[in-house]
Amino acid sequence: MSNSQWPLWEVFTQKKSGLPFEHAGSVHAPDKELALQNARDVYSRRNEATCIWVVPSEYIISSTPEDMGSFFEPSNDKIYRHPNFYKTPGASFE
Amino acid sequence: MIKYIVTRISTKHREQVLNKPVSESVQDRFTQSTSKFHFMNSATNNSLVKYCLRIADSSLVLGQRLGEWCGHGPILEEDIALTNISLDLIGQARAFYTYAAQLENKGKTEDDFAFFRDEREYYNLLLTEQPNGDFGQTILRQFLISTYSYYFYSALKTSNDSTLSSLAEKSLKEVTYHLRHSSEWLIRLGDGTAESHQRVENAIDELWRFTGDMFDMDEVDELLIKEGIAINLASLKEPWEKKVKEVFLKATLKFPENQFMIQGSRNGKHTEHLGHLLTEMQALPRTFPGAEW
Repeated sequence: MSNSQWPLWEVFTQKKSGLPFEHAGSVHAPDKELALQNARDVYSRRNEATCIWVVPSEYIISSTPEDMGSFFEPSNDKIYRHPNFYKTPGASFE
Repeated sequence: MIKYIVTRISTKHREQVLNKPVSESVQDRFTQSTSKFHFMNSATNNSLVKYCLRIADSSLVLGQRLGEWCGHGPILEEDIALTNISLDLIGQARAFYTYAAQLENKGKTEDDFAFFRDEREYYNLLLTEQPNGDFGQTILRQFLISTYSYYFYSALKTSNDSTLSSLAEKSLKEVTYHLRHSSEWLIRLGDGTAESHQRVENAIDELWRFTGDMFDMDEVDELLIKEGIAINLASLKEPWEKKVKEVFLKATLKFPENQFMIQGSRNGKHTEHLGHLLTEMQALPRTFPGAEW
């Protein structure tokens, strides 16, 4: 990657107060104020947001594809952990 | 580009005024306050038309200038930011043209004002028509005008004319962001590298002489100030200078001593640049009058 690029920031937008922040995308910016402004200009110009977070991308720690087995598979066969008498937001099973 | 602008603005207004396009919303306000216009004599009415055209012309010309950055911004994010501001300004121009057309009551539309008037019939501030130059010059121009517009609309909110005051209130929200955006950039360019500092200094040398034009008043202002409709531009000068000095200080830029000013926008006297801008902006509707798409 070229060194002439400004740092990358991840943008999270909240559609309405109380709703979770969702990842909207990323912007380049030299500092946090301009990151916020760029995020506003790129990701909220069509009424998508009432609040914006920007986070330097380097501070986002992601699990890797290699982690998949050890991180996520163990929960597959433990049915007793799956709440099926109430809804869990974001869960992929019913 | 024009089609995109029209679609985007009408969508935005629709959301804000319950599914009505902008012309209808202004129409509503006009109808609601019809009683007032029975008492408005023709001198006041004519002055108010001209007053609206001044505001609209400045917004349109600056919007057109910023639109020239489309696809040429220094980075993608800034390209979008500048054209967003352009669209805000064109939206403001449309609203003030529409109101002018209703006051004039000669069956004109916003398009007639925008596309079928010549240079000498345009009353935009001289600063708005100055070329983009480099990014530093564009940002400086934007900062000087946004600061002015910020105080202008803040004052216009208290106008006796309910349409002007509500248009001012809406415009002020947009302008507040334009001011924030251009101030932050100016600080970073002025207090940035030797080159960015020098470029902004050059822009100050180029543009400062057009700032006096913003505070010029004539008989239109005098008459409307008496009616409590227009605002006294002289009262904006102090807060404008204070804000400019404050940001210049942060940007390590010298506040110019130069008092030599070029004026003329009140009488439609322009620099050489407006004619070229209008030629490009008006080419399509003048070549194909009534064209629709």
